[in-house]
Amino acid sequence: MSASERKDTPEQAEFRAQAREWLENNHPGQPKVRLPLGALELSDPEALDYLQKWQASAYDAGLVGSDYSTDCGGGGHTDCQSIANQEMQRAKTPFLPNIIGLGMAAPTVYFHGQEEVKQELLPKLLSGEDIWCQGFSEPGAGSDLANQQTFAEKKGDSWVINGHKVWTSLAHFADWMILLCRTDKSDKYNGLSYFVVPIKSALGNGVTVRPLIKMTGETGFNEVIFEDLVIEDKYRLDEVGAGWKVAMTTLAHERGAGMLVTPAAGGMTQKTEKSANTSSPSALIELAKNSYRNGKTAADDPLVRDDIVKMIIRQESFRQNQRRAGVQSLLDHPMRLALQNKLVGTEYNQDLAQLAYDIEGPASSLYLNDEHAPGGGEWPLAYMNSFGVTIAAGANEVQRNILGERVLGMPKSK
Amino acid sequence: MTEQPKNFGFGEDETMLKDSAAKFFADNCSPDKLHGLVAEDPNIHRSIECIWDKQLWQQITELGWTAACVPEEAGGLGMPLVAAVAIAEEAGKAAFPSPLISTMIASFVLKECHSDAATKALGDVASGVPMTLAVTNKLGSWEPGDTDVAAAGTTLNGTAYFVQDAQKCDQFIVSATTPKGVALFLVDANAAGVSITPDGIIDLTRDQAHVEFKNVEAIELAAPGTGEESLASALPAIQTIITADMVGAGEWLLQTTVDYSTTRVQFDRPLGFFQAVKHPLVNVMLEIDRCKSLAYNAACALDVAESQSDKDEAAKFAHMAKANGGEMAAFSSSRAVQFHGGIGFTWECYVHLFFKRQMHNQMLFGDAKYHRAKLADILIGKAA
Repeated sequence: MSASERKDTPEQAEFRAQAREWLENNHPGQPKVRLPLGALELSDPEALDYLQKWQASAYDAGLVGSDYSTDCGGGGHTDCQSIANQEMQRAKTPFLPNIIGLGMAAPTVYFHGQEEVKQELLPKLLSGEDIWCQGFSEPGAGSDLANQQTFAEKKGDSWVINGHKVWTSLAHFADWMILLCRTDKSDKYNGLSYFVVPIKSALGNGVTVRPLIKMTGETGFNEVIFEDLVIEDKYRLDEVGAGWKVAMTTLAHERGAGMLVTPAAGGMTQKTEKSANTSSPSALIELAKNSYRNGKTAADDPLVRDDIVKMIIRQESFRQNQRRAGVQSLLDHPMRLALQNKLVGTEYNQDLAQLAYDIEGPASSLYLNDEHAPGGGEWPLAYMNSFGVTIAAGANEVQRNILGERVLGMPKSK
Repeated sequence: MTEQPKNFGFGEDETMLKDSAAKFFADNCSPDKLHGLVAEDPNIHRSIECIWDKQLWQQITELGWTAACVPEEAGGLGMPLVAAVAIAEEAGKAAFPSPLISTMIASFVLKECHSDAATKALGDVASGVPMTLAVTNKLGSWEPGDTDVAAAGTTLNGTAYFVQDAQKCDQFIVSATTPKGVALFLVDANAAGVSITPDGIIDLTRDQAHVEFKNVEAIELAAPGTGEESLASALPAIQTIITADMVGAGEWLLQTTVDYSTTRVQFDRPLGFFQAVKHPLVNVMLEIDRCKSLAYNAACALDVAESQSDKDEAAKFAHMAKANGGEMAAFSSSRAVQFHGGIGFTWECYVHLFFKRQMHNQMLFGDAKYHRAKLADILIGKAA
């Protein structure tokens, strides 16, 4: 019995036992298609189909949305989602595809939506039947998120939306979007409102989704253009003008600092022929043992060795930080570690992939379309893709402002 | 692998001990008072002195801090290593000049000696006898088998170097070579044939010396051939305690610099408004948190270790903590001086006390590069 199990409440213990038993018998097994590292990189419909089936079955088993109320399609449990997550990780399952829906849209709709809308949208969100995307960033509103130009105009009982969203992951598959936009041009922060809007059902009828090609050559995110999209007033979350406040609920959950635990599965490694696992230092050590410089392997080079060890120490410290984050008495400030997660995790992954790039030497020039590329070309790909996450969800420069101001109490930067 | 408790072993007693240590230092060792005590004379050519407040030491021993991690059967409280880590962190935050860290370290070596003499010495530690290690050679090697002292029976000859808090301690734990391998001995600081020559060191909150032994009669703690193993077994705990001191000192440097950056105004703004100041200070916080988590993890891993593989794993974690600690110590102290600007460069600003303690901590029992080289051998395998 692990330490976390010993602390289970009776409800959690029973839940854990059921979850474990179900997972033993219902692991979805290896897919026939290559899965990307995470849901935000999904571009293959077959991979999505496999993952949606997995999410649906996990939802039916009560492992997704465990803490949401039953009238919204949830399990009605108390503090059981974290148990479900532990058990899904333990069983090394695939990840859940509806990541934006689960991590950001669901808690926001749950805390700010009308009952009717919650009951309409949340069950299909939790089951993964409806895929969700997030409409926050715009060409002129990146780090300065409140600078929204997309405009919703009230016409009778409806709203008419016009504007342009960018970097919209999963929009090409999405049924719904959480949308932050402007309803009043005279007030930057209090002139914002928050809606949920249909995407797939409105394609060609007020909504256009166009893929943006990443620097890697992959698709996966999009721009979304609204031209006179008409939506009912019931799809507004909270009051007109309360959009910024609602967005804070979304962002708190995105950073793992919200009221509800996000359903999260994962841990499955895909058995492909030569693709490297680009988040693992042990894969880096393997790479070093098979790369050569100065007539020896890179694993014999003292500078390379030192760099690898630095990464392993960072990985361990990240793990131990996450452990300490759960012990209130060992925190100098309640949010001090929680708010570091995104920053520290994304920079770790970036530096790990960059080191691999270094270790590969001349072979680092080879990409996915070359059969001789070490690790199937995954390391250079991971390095380039790592910038997506150091920039997204509040660029790490903005994260440093947040930490400096909210945790250390330093004066606000503009 | 023996599983660790989620809270790193910080139970009610350990948390209370940490809080009371924090309060004790706030009441008795403010930076203001500390500076008045140890930094009165800025003259580089001042005579080498050992300045500390013996009364505070008396109070600490009465509070039972030296007894905390001594086993109950030896007259102590039998608390885990995390208790020592808690005390060391607060001592570092106060840059407290005392033989406390050295004595706690000595007790972890004694615990690995498994002899009646060592048990008796542990009882002395519990009752407040200040004790330190004299186990480093002239070259400054941190390898447990390296010593310039030789033993014939229980008679010692030779010199130990880089002995911490030597002038504050009543007893030394000395490593010495014998024909059968390294042994450990206990030597009274006032014994005939012992001469202590203080080093002129940068850190104002410590003293250091080389200690010469000329036909000194000693008490055997660990038999010939077992001393190296005893020392080696204690090293992970020692590295973790020093790391905790660095975490505390780092936190003081961070908070003090943050405070300064909110009050000092330039270009009509407090310094902390500028991201060129704000972001590096956030980076300092990230480094401190990493280091703190690694230190707690290492301590807890050592506390729960049962099998040899548990102990090896814990030793690995201790290397990680001290490696990260060395980098953090240098980073936190350099940024503190830099962001205090001109005043940070002066003797009157308290930052230099902590800067110097961090630089000393950095080298103690191996710097970051030393521990990363050890880790490379463990994690990657020896280089060809």
